[in-house]
Amino acid sequence: MSTQSVSTLKQGRSELGVALLLLLLGGWAVIDALQLQELDTRGPVGPKTVPITVGVLLIGTAVLLAIDVLRGGRGEQEAGEDVDLAHGSDWKTLGLLVVAFVANILLIDRLGWPVSGAVLFFGTTFALGSRHLIRNAIISIVLSVGTWYLFNLGLGIALPVGILKGIL
Amino acid sequence: MDALNELLNGFATAAHPTNLLYAFVGVLLGTAIGVLPGIGPAMTIALLLPITYSLEPTQAFIMFAGIYYGGMYGGSTTSILLNTPGESASVVTAIEGNKMARKGRAAAALATAAIGSFIAGTIGTLLLALVAPSIVKLAVKMGAPDYFAVMVLAFIAVTTVLGSSKVRGLAALGIGLLIGLIGIDPTSGQQRLTLGLPELADGIDVVVVAVGLFAVGEALWIAAHLRRTPADIISVGAARMSREDWRRSWKPWLRGTAIGFPFGAIPAGGAEIPTFLSYVTEKKLSKHPEEFGKGAIEGVAGPEATNNASAAGGLVPLLTLGIPTTATAAVMLGAFQSYGIQPGPRLLETQSTLVWGLVASLFIGNVILLALNLPLAPMWAKLLRIPRPYLYAGILFFASIGAYAANLSTFDLWLLLLLGALGFGMRRFGLPVVPAIIGIILGPTAEEQMRRALQISDGQVSGLYNTWFSKLVYVVILLVLVVPPIVGRLRRRSTDKELVNSDQTGD
Repeated sequence: MSTQSVSTLKQGRSELGVALLLLLLGGWAVIDALQLQELDTRGPVGPKTVPITVGVLLIGTAVLLAIDVLRGGRGEQEAGEDVDLAHGSDWKTLGLLVVAFVANILLIDRLGWPVSGAVLFFGTTFALGSRHLIRNAIISIVLSVGTWYLFNLGLGIALPVGILKGIL
Repeated sequence: MDALNELLNGFATAAHPTNLLYAFVGVLLGTAIGVLPGIGPAMTIALLLPITYSLEPTQAFIMFAGIYYGGMYGGSTTSILLNTPGESASVVTAIEGNKMARKGRAAAALATAAIGSFIAGTIGTLLLALVAPSIVKLAVKMGAPDYFAVMVLAFIAVTTVLGSSKVRGLAALGIGLLIGLIGIDPTSGQQRLTLGLPELADGIDVVVVAVGLFAVGEALWIAAHLRRTPADIISVGAARMSREDWRRSWKPWLRGTAIGFPFGAIPAGGAEIPTFLSYVTEKKLSKHPEEFGKGAIEGVAGPEATNNASAAGGLVPLLTLGIPTTATAAVMLGAFQSYGIQPGPRLLETQSTLVWGLVASLFIGNVILLALNLPLAPMWAKLLRIPRPYLYAGILFFASIGAYAANLSTFDLWLLLLLGALGFGMRRFGLPVVPAIIGIILGPTAEEQMRRALQISDGQVSGLYNTWFSKLVYVVILLVLVVPPIVGRLRRRSTDKELVNSDQTGD
């Protein structure tokens, strides 16, 4: 498989990171649970039991995963119709996607969905390599305004209208 | 026949023009989305969850049922016309289906898949209607320890059966259970794992979780590895098959149905194992074993029927016990919960109009699917050519709008991004998503049942296994832990052979 073309050493190190993350999550679950108060009037099993069990499960899998990785085990990256695993992750595309996504979060309450949604769609198509700027801009605006009407009139969900108040 | 009576009432519900429209929209949407690469039925239903805020439950579920079946049909079109299938359930179809398409027999491959799916779906739905009331009769007698045992079985089954690595499956389950714990503990009223954030006190909305893990995670993952060369798509006319094709297909359809339905009904991790079993069976029974690996129609007919029958079977535990066995069923369970409906043995009593309307609309949806799929195959094939930037930008767009609409709060969008990052990481490091989603949705119910069981037994651990049914389930769990590794080994040996074969044919 193509995974072999990626430096296995490097991948091993990032997989140990996964084990570390599981360890932290498990520790969080246990520590959070220990701060809970047991109300013994409500039955023998209090609110702590399950979080502690899940925490221990996560810590256990962290250890097992670390052992598996050190023995040379590697996670199988997910394949798909449009996925080409021969190359590593394209961080530039991902970065631009996240920028477009965050732009929508920051703008939606200030400028409204018709604007922020258009920014989101335009930004993501650009990030994904489409350079038909005018066509994409038109599609973006039609989509964001169209979904705004669909949600407000069709589904009765008031998406923010923002600066276009009074126009739409 | 009580069930048949109820079913007829269900048809009265489903035949209501509005409901027919929703069934039609569902199958149309489901097929389109099943054909589109990168999107599966679980993601589709997750993306459509926001509309449940304004739709009647019956209509929403009629539409979801259409998507559920439609997605299966659409997936087979993709795997036949494109070489690389996305959904694990369609992997086996691709082995022979794509070979057939390459030999110019795409129309026959699509036809045998569509008609086989129709037959399997119809028989499967009929079995669902007949079996569900009897299971409910048993299930109303189930107590907390029994439920808890079945849920443990569901956790263990999805964790050990799916994916190549058990440790990673277990890690995914743990992450899911952890996310499910976030929020106020219903028994003691204390906040757990909320970091003091008031937005997390009610837990994370199921829409945000499902959309984040499936839609955003998948879109980010594909975007980071987008294939630069255009995919090799085989063009096709209307789907049809010859008399000879019919003669070779009908037995595999029926055998596939027989294999798929029971496997779908037990929590054994979806359609992956039964479709493979069907493939092996057809290969063994075929009069043309030499054609296998080069485009044998039996190798498409059997697994496709299996796939759909197991989809129908998967609705049995969902509707009678409230236990999802696949990602799609888990998301549908989340949808039920967002309506305040808890699937389980009482569902058939309390929501009988909804349930029987849903079952009846599955029959109707199947007919619509057949009518849509045979003549419209060329149109569906065109969908495969949609420019990828629009496809994945659209997923992120509708994911954002759905997550925001849940509570009209940007906090959910930040959560969505975080869960999307988690989904990305899980795909990157081979942690299967299905155990996580089942852990999130089933975890809180499992905790409730366990606490109830231990309350009844006054804290004695034996309270968890003091019924004959729970004992039986724990024996089954033991079998689940022991048997799949053996099957897996057989499977791997055989797929290795397939790979060698396809390499030799210069694929």
